[in-house]
Amino acid sequence: MPAIRVAGLRKRYGDVEAVRGIDFEVAEGECFALLGPNGAGKTTTVEILEGYRRRSAGEVEVLGFDPERSGVDFRERIGIVLQSSGIHRDLTVEEVVSLFGGYYPEPRPTDEVIELVGLEEKRRARTKTLSGGQQRRLDLALGIVGDPDLVFLDEPTTGFDPSARRRSWELVDSLRSLGKTILLTTHYMDEAQSLADRVAVLAGGRIVASGSPASLGGRDVAEAVISFRLPSGMAPAELPPGLPEALDVRDGQVSLRTATPTRTLEALTGWAVARGAELEALAVTRPSLEDVYLRLTTVDGLADEEALRG
Amino acid sequence: MADRATLPAGRATVGRHARRSVRRRPAPGPLLLRQIRHQNLLFWRSPISAFFTLLFPLVFLLLFNALQGDQTIESRDGIRFAQFFTPGILAFAVVSACYTNLATSVPINRDEGVLKRVRGTPLPPWIYVAARVGSAVWVAVLSAVLMVAVGVALFHVEVLWHLLPAAVVTLLLGAACFCACGLAVASLCPSGEAAPAVANFTILPVVFVSDIFYPLDQVPTWLQVAGSIFPVKHFALAVQADFNPFTQGSGFFWGHLAVIAVWLVAASVVALRTFRWEPGISTGRGSVRRGRHRARRPPSG
Repeated sequence: MPAIRVAGLRKRYGDVEAVRGIDFEVAEGECFALLGPNGAGKTTTVEILEGYRRRSAGEVEVLGFDPERSGVDFRERIGIVLQSSGIHRDLTVEEVVSLFGGYYPEPRPTDEVIELVGLEEKRRARTKTLSGGQQRRLDLALGIVGDPDLVFLDEPTTGFDPSARRRSWELVDSLRSLGKTILLTTHYMDEAQSLADRVAVLAGGRIVASGSPASLGGRDVAEAVISFRLPSGMAPAELPPGLPEALDVRDGQVSLRTATPTRTLEALTGWAVARGAELEALAVTRPSLEDVYLRLTTVDGLADEEALRG
Repeated sequence: MADRATLPAGRATVGRHARRSVRRRPAPGPLLLRQIRHQNLLFWRSPISAFFTLLFPLVFLLLFNALQGDQTIESRDGIRFAQFFTPGILAFAVVSACYTNLATSVPINRDEGVLKRVRGTPLPPWIYVAARVGSAVWVAVLSAVLMVAVGVALFHVEVLWHLLPAAVVTLLLGAACFCACGLAVASLCPSGEAAPAVANFTILPVVFVSDIFYPLDQVPTWLQVAGSIFPVKHFALAVQADFNPFTQGSGFFWGHLAVIAVWLVAASVVALRTFRWEPGISTGRGSVRRGRHRARRPPSG
């Protein structure tokens, strides 16, 4: 049984349809990421799965529960890190973690959780004195203190410095290695790439692509790009014959697309070695997840900007 | 951050769902007590709320009693002003601790997202609300005791022991009623920013026509009637009578108590039907977000 099953999910606010029929499944123990620009429907979708919102249509099953109609049984088994949620400002980190742990049947020890998110030094600090990143780590602590089977992370590392971010990734990774299921939303491609087993890109309330981070949008089968600097004093015309047509030279920087990078590279390097030239800045790249993401969501991005300009 | 953010093995999840049903769930009683304790902690750590709830009535008590505590009030069997004013300001303190407190803090906490976070945990919603009410009632009882103690110590106020059971019952019923009213207004209040204004502008006019600062036995009838619509006047009159040495009988004023009970039930119904855990008001177009969080970070997705 999948941990999360969504079929034909729709959510309408008045005449605006925020989610327009999406389907996906998340297997037990899997880390699944929802990517998408602001307004794509990510948070609406997650909040329906968490039981905060009622769906307009479709089927939703989370850990075998219908979130809309479930209570304590359901909430004991999920952990929620909301995108923005407050905390009583005048309690200390320790008090809050211990208070929330007390809501669950088998909480993790307070000290352990505080250490996991790296707030040992802020243990006795009131929550209002924490920095943005520290508050976010407290959010994370409260999401895992109940030792849930399924954790919802809505943009969990926004506002983190790079090292805190990497540590949080390690934490999420170790959650997953315990068999926890994780549903993540994020703006960061590197985050999705490093954490998620599978990603789905949402745009305009629909899933426009889904798959593993490596294969999303045909990344794995897309043409590779070979780039290098043209040796000085050499004209593009002197390049060996048999190179692909899609060749682009700008300021001595050559880039070419090829479906057979090995053969192209051999031709290229053989030619250079024979002439005793060095190909500086030689690189073979494939479209990054970010490239794919931008291609998939750009149409909506442009639409958003136009809407902003009015 | 820990050097290695690795989780201790703990409980593996896969294939162990069946065992979960036998896990011990926290019992409601201890959960409620713990929640009340934290809510009390919050109250005392927030100086502004403690100031308005306790110090404000205390200042009134000291000021008015010092100015005219020994005068007598003809329309109230000729009792001393302090004997009339101390239970009256006690009533005001209870209204502050329950109504003003909840009507202000609940919308603010709702805008901050505190309520939404709690709603996502297994804590039963009724326990959270009950704890807020319990904490408010506890503060109300404390401030009532404080007012009477100061009255006795400084202004020769007499505690009428045979009327005390009635006074305590009246106090608790009143506190419950003002908590319910506070929650109802909190639910209807559009935002945390508006909450202090809404709370104060609803309660102050009512307090002034409720015989608390001055006996309104000789004011125009319409003013008396206006005050009688609301529970504050009935609460104040009942508590004042329970401190009046000329009061006959056990001190249970069933008429007053009935009006308070009707408000308690009505406000509870409104609160139950309209209580919201998230910021924003429901309009025809769905949820409109408001408050600080909107400004800080727009919702994505």
